[in-house]
Amino acid sequence: MSEHNEIDRVSGRSTTGHEWDGIKELNTPLPRWWVLTFYATIIWAIGYWVVYPAWPLVSGYTTGLFHYSTRASVATDLADLEKLRGEKMAVLGSASLADIEKDPALLALARARGKTVFADNCAPCHGSGGAGAKGYPNLNDDDWLWGGSLDQIMQTIQFGARSGHAKAHEGQMLAFGRDGVLKKDEIVTVANYVRSLSGLSTAPKFDTAAGKKIFAENCTSCHGDNGKGNQELGAPNLTDRIWLYGSDEETLIETITNGRAGVMPAWVGRLDPVTVKALAVYVHSLGGGK
Amino acid sequence: MNKPVPPDELMTDEDGPLYAPRKKVYPQSVSGRFRSIKWRLMAVCLGVYYLLPFVRWHRGLGAPDQAVLIDFPNRRFYFFFIELWPQEVYYFTGLLVLAALTLFLMNALGGRIWCGYLCPQTVWTDLFYAVERLVEGDRRAQMKADAGPMTVKRAGRRALKHAIWLLIAWWTGGAWVLYFADAPTLVRDLATFQAPAIAYLWIAILTASTYLLAGYMREQVCVYMCPWPRIQAALTDEWALNVTYKYDRGEPRCSVKKAFDIRSLGEKAGDCIDCNQCVAVCPTGIDIREGAQLGCIQCGLCIDACDAVMTKVSRKTGLIGYDNDINVQRRIAGKEEIFKPARARTVVYASLITVVCAVMLYALMSRTLLDVNVLHDRNPIAVRLSDGAIRNGYTLRFLNKRGFDRVIAIDVDGPTDAKLHVIGADSVTPDRPMIVLGRDTTTELRVLVTVPFDEKAEKSVPVTFRVTDIGLGEVAFATDHFVLP
Repeated sequence: MSEHNEIDRVSGRSTTGHEWDGIKELNTPLPRWWVLTFYATIIWAIGYWVVYPAWPLVSGYTTGLFHYSTRASVATDLADLEKLRGEKMAVLGSASLADIEKDPALLALARARGKTVFADNCAPCHGSGGAGAKGYPNLNDDDWLWGGSLDQIMQTIQFGARSGHAKAHEGQMLAFGRDGVLKKDEIVTVANYVRSLSGLSTAPKFDTAAGKKIFAENCTSCHGDNGKGNQELGAPNLTDRIWLYGSDEETLIETITNGRAGVMPAWVGRLDPVTVKALAVYVHSLGGGK
Repeated sequence: MNKPVPPDELMTDEDGPLYAPRKKVYPQSVSGRFRSIKWRLMAVCLGVYYLLPFVRWHRGLGAPDQAVLIDFPNRRFYFFFIELWPQEVYYFTGLLVLAALTLFLMNALGGRIWCGYLCPQTVWTDLFYAVERLVEGDRRAQMKADAGPMTVKRAGRRALKHAIWLLIAWWTGGAWVLYFADAPTLVRDLATFQAPAIAYLWIAILTASTYLLAGYMREQVCVYMCPWPRIQAALTDEWALNVTYKYDRGEPRCSVKKAFDIRSLGEKAGDCIDCNQCVAVCPTGIDIREGAQLGCIQCGLCIDACDAVMTKVSRKTGLIGYDNDINVQRRIAGKEEIFKPARARTVVYASLITVVCAVMLYALMSRTLLDVNVLHDRNPIAVRLSDGAIRNGYTLRFLNKRGFDRVIAIDVDGPTDAKLHVIGADSVTPDRPMIVLGRDTTTELRVLVTVPFDEKAEKSVPVTFRVTDIGLGEVAFATDHFVLP
């Protein structure tokens, strides 16, 4: 740095003393405004430590004079949101299910609320569009295990099916094969008979009379004399074209052998009453509601 | 014209800094043909800008009655009889194409007409110069004052000038915000400090930009910032008329007395008496006698100045005028002047302008006032019902651009025996649903189309929703597909 004060002949300015291949670097100090701004940011940073959470301590941290906390601000925001929704949700709460469907504004509100809640809570089983899957009912069609009116849908959402809740829908498909009620060949026969009820093809050597007899002795108590089902017991209609688990012979044999008992959880207590109401309206408006 | 700097001069140690400090321009006041054209155009431009928001246009109950209004909260643009929705912003593309072509045509005919007469930068700078001369005196007085010491009187005048400038700038910003809300209401709210903060903010921004651009930046905007002079240099051709110093007639320059002496000897003396009036009046501080250049906005004020001088010395006016180099060369060669306003490029520009105008007019006249869009349900795309029928769900969005409510009927064409059901509208005729569309708004509905069970149904068939206005008979269509699960 001995040459620090050397003056550059051309520009008349001092150099830094650094030299590369004969080219010397001019000493160009930072502008004053830049330096002052830099000091100001340091002072600002110190101020920041004082008022905001900054330094970790052995247990905890310095909270700062403002006692700012992102966790608390999220809680405040959420509370504000609930407050904001409060009025509109109160209207939904006081209107009857039928009235909500008749009023376009309320219907739109319920559908909007229902759609988000459905995506958060129902979509894992029923699919994001409510189209269901094997064992999980399609909520868009007009075939309902426990009834498709607004009130019935609301009932099912609140208490579920086989959920363990006292008011839950009960009743299940028995395991006729596993429990030894029907023999293997009887199960094949009745499975073919069930297929014939909705006009599906049957095995070549199928004995209709035998099938009808087995059906009458074992199935009609729940599915009805003509196989139309019973919504009180959640027994599906066996004469239509909608099959929850599948209509092929193999699947039917499996159903009759091992039984079926899908579970719909009870949502009462997990979702507030207004939300359940909105959800019921949303499911009803998907297109299959009665 | 700029002379190239000899290389050895570039190599000296005395090279200046890389930027040139601005030389303040003191344009002298001038009067004449082009000055009066400029005054009138300024009055028209500023008049339109400041007063247009107050023009009323009746559109019926519930609709704004401001002739020109950009209504951001309601997403509407009103221009007299035209009302545009956000999805029709492409009309502005047409306007921009038209504006560009008009600029091209003006450029091909008469050079930088836009720069010299119509550009906001020129108009406001011209106004600010006028204020400056009114308060601080003409060119000489200003130059003398700037060279001398600051006195109380001078400081007072300067303060007055800035006050008037700020007032004009503030009014400019004030007029700007009036285009975005009902003008009379906003004026009242602004005066009583009840207007929204954004209005005050925009007035402040426009006040600052007007004050800085017209009061301080001035010709530097044209010379350093604006792309248009550069673009024009690429667009122009040798036939375009530009403000030109006719050097065939002006050179060699000499005083009136010297010219008399030279001419009495029978030799050629130029008409230019080198009085520098053309330089004194120039708002960008250039010398037109150096030829066409970036700094020349072609405002024509040097023509006025030169004509006045030529009249005084009893010479023919028009030493500076709208001309081109071809004619200069032809006069030197002793040939007739020729002007060709109708050339390939001007004809092409003019026809393009006509075509774009026609297309835009057609688009505007055939604009739909009833429209429907359709979106097929994505999940599930189709639903099988218990009797084997297939159902597809759609979201229909109706646009009613008229200023009154209307009743429409929805029909579905395409799949055999299709049944239509509108969610939330079962009380009306089920086989042909009718709904009410609110005025000047969109309505969104979910509809279900059900087709009976058919073994041989195709996997996908086109479906058309036909919307008919019951009263006016207007029809709109939207097409999608009906698909099987």
